[in-house]
Amino acid sequence: MRTRLGGAVRAALLPLVGALLAGCSTLPQTPLDPKGPVAQTQTGLLLYTLYVAVGIGVGVTAALLYVVFRFRARPGQVGVPLQIRGNHTLEIIWTIIPILILISVAFPTVEAAISTSAPPSGALTVRATGYRWWFAFEYPELGIVTANELRIPAGRPVRLEITSNDVIHSFWVPKLAGKTDMIPGRINVTWMQADEPDVYLGQCAEFCGDSHANMRFRVVAMSQADFDAWVTHRQAMKQGPGQLAEAAAAGKALFESPAPGGNCLSCHTVDGTPAQGKVGPNLTDVGQRSTIAAGILENDYESLKAWVKNPTDFKPGTTMPSHARLSEKDLDAIVQYLQSLK
Amino acid sequence: MATAAKTLGILPRPTAATGFWSWVATVDHKRIGILYGVTAFFFFLVGGIEAWLMRLQLARPGLELVTAKTFNALFTMHATTMIFLGVMPLLAAFMNYLLPLLIGARDVAFPRLNAFSYWIYLFGGIFINVGWLMGTAAGHVPDSGWFGYANLTSVEFSGGLGPDFWTLGLLLLGIGTLVSGFNFIVTILNMRAPGMSLMKMPIFVWTILVTSAIIIFAFPSVTVALIMLMFDRAFAANFFEVAAGGSVVFYQHLFWTFGHPEVYILILPAMGIVSEVLPVHARKMLFGYSVMVFSTALIGFMGFTVWSHHMFTVGMGPVVNSIFSLTTMAIAVPTGVKIFNWLSTMWGGQIRFTTAMLFAIGFIACFTIGGLSGFMHASAPSDAQQHDTYFVVAHIHYVLIGGSIFAIFSGIYHWFPKVFGRLLDERLGQWNFWLVFAGFHTFAFPFHFLGLLGMPRRIYTYAPGLGWEFWNLLSTIGVFVLAAGILVFIANVVVTMRKPMDAPADPWDGRTLEWTLPSPPPVYNFAVVPRVHLRDAFWFHKHPEGKEQALEYGEPHPGPIHLPGQSLMPVLLALGPTVAATGVLFVRMRESFAVPVIVAGFVIALLALWGWAFEGEGGTLIEPGEGS
Repeated sequence: MRTRLGGAVRAALLPLVGALLAGCSTLPQTPLDPKGPVAQTQTGLLLYTLYVAVGIGVGVTAALLYVVFRFRARPGQVGVPLQIRGNHTLEIIWTIIPILILISVAFPTVEAAISTSAPPSGALTVRATGYRWWFAFEYPELGIVTANELRIPAGRPVRLEITSNDVIHSFWVPKLAGKTDMIPGRINVTWMQADEPDVYLGQCAEFCGDSHANMRFRVVAMSQADFDAWVTHRQAMKQGPGQLAEAAAAGKALFESPAPGGNCLSCHTVDGTPAQGKVGPNLTDVGQRSTIAAGILENDYESLKAWVKNPTDFKPGTTMPSHARLSEKDLDAIVQYLQSLK
Repeated sequence: MATAAKTLGILPRPTAATGFWSWVATVDHKRIGILYGVTAFFFFLVGGIEAWLMRLQLARPGLELVTAKTFNALFTMHATTMIFLGVMPLLAAFMNYLLPLLIGARDVAFPRLNAFSYWIYLFGGIFINVGWLMGTAAGHVPDSGWFGYANLTSVEFSGGLGPDFWTLGLLLLGIGTLVSGFNFIVTILNMRAPGMSLMKMPIFVWTILVTSAIIIFAFPSVTVALIMLMFDRAFAANFFEVAAGGSVVFYQHLFWTFGHPEVYILILPAMGIVSEVLPVHARKMLFGYSVMVFSTALIGFMGFTVWSHHMFTVGMGPVVNSIFSLTTMAIAVPTGVKIFNWLSTMWGGQIRFTTAMLFAIGFIACFTIGGLSGFMHASAPSDAQQHDTYFVVAHIHYVLIGGSIFAIFSGIYHWFPKVFGRLLDERLGQWNFWLVFAGFHTFAFPFHFLGLLGMPRRIYTYAPGLGWEFWNLLSTIGVFVLAAGILVFIANVVVTMRKPMDAPADPWDGRTLEWTLPSPPPVYNFAVVPRVHLRDAFWFHKHPEGKEQALEYGEPHPGPIHLPGQSLMPVLLALGPTVAATGVLFVRMRESFAVPVIVAGFVIALLALWGWAFEGEGGTLIEPGEGS
């Protein structure tokens, strides 16, 4: 009775879990759909423990239901049940069985802990730094700094040097690798790899204050050839923007004018220009990013303008001040300048 | 009431037996238990309202019912309130009321200390919530998470008074908890009825003993962390200031050395309650008592070996992560043993589906799910994906609602007649259980899916298109059902309290000593303390097996029973640290009168200690049977 019931429930439930997992593969931020070796190892363990847990859970629930209904008090019952003090054999059995199950998890756990911690040789190094509430990405070997959109070559391991500029954040790209905390005063080294070119969502996973929810980023995995081309193009951008259209040139002037003008340069850097501020994201290639404001807004004209005008509408607590004092014309000029940076 | 004994002290001790001041000055463990219960239930409702507001905000993507800052304050205060002001004191209510009755004692070892721990809990609870009056916008409500990680809690990143209310309030609460722990340990070790050896104690008493031991070893760790944090904020120390050589990871080690054992402080007494309810309502002896005792002690000990599993993503390296993975997994063994022993307890029994029993059975079902997701977190590489997602939120709610709250409701239905002399309505009770059970699963089970779909915890908003909308909405609906269940419970208590006090002394055919007493018990508990020969002595007294005597009553007490006198010193002593904490708050506000306020706090405390020591022996002599 006990096994029959348990088996029936299990037979009904496992396909359900399977269906759920299959349905997840289209979702953009689920760790159940790993796209690289690190995430695959971690998700493999997650699924193994999940199946074990579901199995035990269904078995115990079935046993509980059986016991509760089988031994319910019935009318007309007389006397008291036999008072059983215990049974050592049974207790030893249900001590040993969990230990065996745990041993079966322990070995792959240790193996995975080691294999996911050290980056393989030949990896591309990226320094990821958490800020409230955005991410800076630096490629020390390539001399490139960008923000909130991490471009990597597909099929090549990426060695991540992770730290923070202010409070503790956590670097998490569910489809590529589990979390690694970004801790001030300390550099954590980990790695990840994307097997296929695609865009992967990431999000800060450690509570870091007001706009923790608005601290997202993207990892753009490109073919090695596309990545090399991007690197060459991006390195050329260090000379500064080339010929600008009239409105964009006006925007550049405003961008670089001190308060009460744009005053953007005191916080932001645009390579090859006087703007060398280090408080906010590096904007050298902002025009080619798919999102702005750390992954919360699409990088289109209207969003960018609304963002520059009043950032706290979208990101409460942000240090970027409102620019509502600027005229529409000035705002348009700045947006045109930013969009030309690509 | 008999005459008061002569008073030697300078301040007369209050003697009123009824009215407001009799409750303020009480040192009776039963009254203190009731005070704990009522206060903790109030805070439990506050924490529930905070949860409800959060679920409303998260019902749909991009809602703006509350601001980001308010949301952060809500989840910080929800966890702080539920853990420190709701569940722990609710369990303390059971411990205070029942412990002496279960072991055949007239009171706890230190009755005035017991009153003191209640009052400082009340003051700490109010203190930590005062920020709400000042508004969330400026950061005066704690909003850095219930874990208060440095350096988010530094003045640089949290400039408001929120972390100050939080740190100082928790320090106050910690004092009360710590002295309670000592009080219970001394009571259990010294004041058991004759014949009640340690291995004949009710299992709930064992869980109180182990929990108290955890408290006295775990709380100092968080106290140190909180004092360091307070010094960083109020006096510009550099413990957690990275630029000045401090370490933010150090704070996490201190916090979780307390924080993980704290989970067992919340769950072991709950397991004890269920281990008392199941045998009574299944009419069976607890299966494998000695194994239950050892697994309780083992869980208590192992709770201190696993703190770093809260820090798997901090970057401790694969070796440390592996070690803590293995120690964490090992806890599944004594926990699993308990679950099988509970099932075996019911095996062959005559299970009565009373509300108390339903909640106890619901406890086993929910706690099993919570335990299994805990086992999943134990694997460090897997946890890198689960950590700080809703999967963890599911785990903690299955352990602490499915575990602690279900056990608390079970205990309330079980012992309500003993405490208030009235049986709670069983029909409303069934409604209460099924609404809470259905509401809880609808509310918390979707968190598993949300976690696996990559939803981080502690976010006030989320983007559409990530597959989270349906599960969030379902969860919010569940909260309404859960809340309806709690409202039915309140209605049940209100209705029941209007009925006459007609509960029999032993309505469930109980097994432990409290059921030998009238409901409610007289103020002196036992007129004659029985000699105990067996575990479950009262049961075997009623249903003897063989010729062995289970309970033996000696000669009636010769002459009147001495009861400890009421005292206002505990409440005064609790006031002292509260005033001093307010002074430290003023230091943070750079108020000129800060130091005098701190000094005043210490003066109040010293005066109270002086009065405590010299207020005279006091106390009352009472003839047994003279009424309660």
